[in-house]
Amino acid sequence: MTDETALQRVKFYQTGTHTVGNRLMDKARRSVQASMDRSNAITSGHRACQGCGEALGARYALDAALRASDGQLVAVNATGCLEVFTTPYPETSWQIPWLHSLFGNAPAVATGVAAGMRRKGRADVRVVAQGGDGGTTDIGFGCLSGMFERNDDVLYICYDNEAYMNTGVQRSSATPPTARTATTPAVGDAPGNIFGTGKNLPLIAMAHNIPYVATANVADLHDLEDKVTTAMDIRGARYIHIMVPCPLGWGSAADATIHVARMAVESGLFPLFEAEHGRVTRSKKIRRRVPVEDYLRPQRRFAHLFKKGQEDTERIARLQRMADANIERFNLLGERETP
Amino acid sequence: MLKQTEGSQAVAEAIALCRPEVVCAYPITPQTHIVEGVGALVKAGKIENCEFINVESEFAALSVAIGASAAGARAYTATASQGLLFMGEAVYNAAGLGLPIVMTIGNRAIGAPINIWNDHTDSMSMKDSGWIQLFAETNQEAVDLHIQAFRLAEELSCPVMVCMDGFILTHAYERIDVPSQEEVDAFLPPYDPIQVLDPVEPYSIGAMVGPEAFTEVRYLAHEKQLQALRRIPEIGAVFKDVFGRQSGGLIHSYRTEGAETIAVALGSVNGTIKEVIDGMRDDGAAVGSVSICSFRPFPLDELRAALVGAKHVVVIEKSLAPGLGGIVASNIRMALRETAVPVYTVIAGLGGRPITMNSLREVLEAAGNMRLPDVQFLDLDHGAVEREILRAKQTRRAGPTAENILRNLGHAAVAGND
Amino acid sequence: MFQVRIHGRGGQGVVTAAELLSIAAFLEGKHAQAFPSFGSERMGAPVVSFCRLDEKEIRLREPVTAPNAVIIQDPTLLQSVDVFQGLNSDGFILINSTRTFDELGIADFVAGFPAHHVCDVGASELAMKHVGRPVPNAALLAGFAAISGQLHMDSVEDAIRQKFPGAVGEANVAAAREAYEIAAAA
Ligand SMILES: Cc1ncc(C[n+]2csc(CCOP(=O)(O)OP(=O)(O)O)c2C)c(N)n1
Ligand code: SF4
Ligand SMILES: [Mg+2]
Repeated sequence: MTDETALQRVKFYQTGTHTVGNRLMDKARRSVQASMDRSNAITSGHRACQGCGEALGARYALDAALRASDGQLVAVNATGCLEVFTTPYPETSWQIPWLHSLFGNAPAVATGVAAGMRRKGRADVRVVAQGGDGGTTDIGFGCLSGMFERNDDVLYICYDNEAYMNTGVQRSSATPPTARTATTPAVGDAPGNIFGTGKNLPLIAMAHNIPYVATANVADLHDLEDKVTTAMDIRGARYIHIMVPCPLGWGSAADATIHVARMAVESGLFPLFEAEHGRVTRSKKIRRRVPVEDYLRPQRRFAHLFKKGQEDTERIARLQRMADANIERFNLLGERETP
Repeated sequence: MLKQTEGSQAVAEAIALCRPEVVCAYPITPQTHIVEGVGALVKAGKIENCEFINVESEFAALSVAIGASAAGARAYTATASQGLLFMGEAVYNAAGLGLPIVMTIGNRAIGAPINIWNDHTDSMSMKDSGWIQLFAETNQEAVDLHIQAFRLAEELSCPVMVCMDGFILTHAYERIDVPSQEEVDAFLPPYDPIQVLDPVEPYSIGAMVGPEAFTEVRYLAHEKQLQALRRIPEIGAVFKDVFGRQSGGLIHSYRTEGAETIAVALGSVNGTIKEVIDGMRDDGAAVGSVSICSFRPFPLDELRAALVGAKHVVVIEKSLAPGLGGIVASNIRMALRETAVPVYTVIAGLGGRPITMNSLREVLEAAGNMRLPDVQFLDLDHGAVEREILRAKQTRRAGPTAENILRNLGHAAVAGND
Repeated sequence: MFQVRIHGRGGQGVVTAAELLSIAAFLEGKHAQAFPSFGSERMGAPVVSFCRLDEKEIRLREPVTAPNAVIIQDPTLLQSVDVFQGLNSDGFILINSTRTFDELGIADFVAGFPAHHVCDVGASELAMKHVGRPVPNAALLAGFAAISGQLHMDSVEDAIRQKFPGAVGEANVAAAREAYEIAAAA
């Protein structure tokens, strides 16, 4: 990860795509997915919707972890879209050993797998636990905090699509203000989810003083892979929070997943950063800052903010202030020397 | 008003008519549409003085309801399957505290293997928690039972679960009479708690009870259920006066006069059973059926009276006590303990397996011909089971059973949204 | 009892189609029971919904295995799903397509059905024309009314208006009317 920010500074990117082309990178830094002899943790044949950010994020994250662990990897999965769409029994998309127990206990199950492996003399087998935002920030939060606090040897990855998608898009504590969900309908005088609620799990994870916390996003898959690789080099409790757009729940076009994810970063609404032992060590600079509108408009869950002739300028401005606060807090424009 | 609508939506409207003050929601299929419906009504300002709280788990959902109820508010929540288990500790607690919470269960199987489809395992897991459990046969009855449930719960200060078959009822779109606010107001008085957190008159609710009184407290929980046994038919009668239709009560008998074989079941399968009974009666068979609406309290006397004249009682149940057989059937045997009427268990509809008229007719005929075993699994694929048993014998590391069985059957199960 | 099975893909409104049908029947004083295939798949996956129609209360809760009519929202399903399963030989078939049965590869199969029991209507195209989006339900429902005689066009229109109030409803009604003409003439 360390030289990633350096790469950005020399503007080593192709115009139009904003991604570093694999051809231009030295071999060691090429994406796992670009390697001819890649072995995918999740193979094709899963049943996610077209354009599912979670399917993409999980494939990249687990492939990076698989490579970092030399194939010695077990995944534990909370109930949720990822679990359901990868295991249309008797077909399974998983090439690695995989265990689904319940919705709210994945971190603790993973702790158990890690302990079992150690006792069986297989400490070389690494454990990744994963869940959606609901499984992570809500129902599994107690188990997750326990796993962090004990510094158990587990990498926990949260795929944050900002609602309970698997059950049909209900609000979670990761749902942003104003977003319409099935339990925060766009009616009444504060349509959608209200302001002043929700929790920031990366910051809460940091408060546990665990060795590594990072945020990532499917618009920058290199950065995502780097962060997983960094995390896999560390023992103890680690947490990566990946934003994964959901075309179904967000009401965005299936081919706009990467665009929407990028707008989240470029607007400052979703800051990309890393933290070690409770301190932010690096943050990824915004390349070309955009107003939050650019992020909100392509998503139908925010459509009520942009009604013709009655734009909800006040609440759009509040969202902009949230983005501005992130930019300031995480130094996303590189205005300060230190992160 | 008579309308064509979804079961869940009708129940949401019925809940709204009951003027709840605190509603807790946590998503789980197939209950979700109900709380979403209530939430939309709250957010649109259609329910006066009601808070809708999106909580972080089912454990929190019922816990919030416990707090609200103890503060004197009318509280409601709904769940299913894994969610009911996740709230398990609070389920017993709400009953122990005697808080009149009403909760809908959109009945669904319990994993592993994870399964989102209908059976009764979830409600059965809490049958002895001290809650009253009412099972709806139709969506109309689901609507009506919710309205009755608040009155029953609050009169007795005891929580009530209204159980309705997931998908089969919750997702069915049919003709339902959703009553008017005036009718419901005439039937359901405002909540007047027997215990309430109030600085003017402070109580300690939930204090520890030692061996000297615990048995007495538990006895009173039992006694409360016995009171419910009397109140349920009475409330059903008042309901009929106000709304002009029969709904609820302890049991419903169907064509049991002179019946030699009687089928007994809970919930929506009774509709299909009635069709089978009609068909068999047309062909001259002496058959009838009994639908149990109140499973807790369990109407021993009424069931005994309804079944004692039969030669065979066939319990069709959507749940299984592994190692024993039927749960409902065991309860029915208790009702018939002083008689010689044989009670058969037919385990049916697990995890959404369709219960068809043909299969039902076969078991009822088999019972009449004395060919029904004590415990039978309806439409069980014996070949698949035997192959798997054999395979497991041959290799130690046989792998996950669920996956093996499906591979064995050679078809991919459909993914659902759990 | 008259039983209908509707085939489509997740996201195409298969469940809404069955609900609409049941509302139209309800408005005629009939009993109707609509239900989905219980599982709601991800977008794009094949899905099914059902509707039973009767003059008396419908108590039956078993799945529909022998439909009197099938409605196919997406003709690409003809290649992947046995959409005609259990359909009796005097049943009805309605397909959302502008292609001929020959082009769809089912000419031989449908030849075994009574004339006027089988029909294809370009419901998505009609929806594009009137509503601006390829939402075929209203037009298909009208097509079903025309070929099966189970519903009056008036109640179809009222059901559409009830389910989609306002301008969207009217646009759908327009699509339905055109579909009705096409199907009735077929
Ligand atoms: C105890 C319990 N409650 C509820 C559910 C139902 N449930 C399964 S997945 C899910 C939503 C998952 O949301 P999230 O964790 O955000 O993952 P996503 O599907 O959005 O990827 C819910 C509510 C369950 N399986 N178990
Ligand atoms: S609902 Fe969203 S998260 Fe789930 S599979 Fe579809 S796109 Fe992915
Ligand atoms: Mg989610």
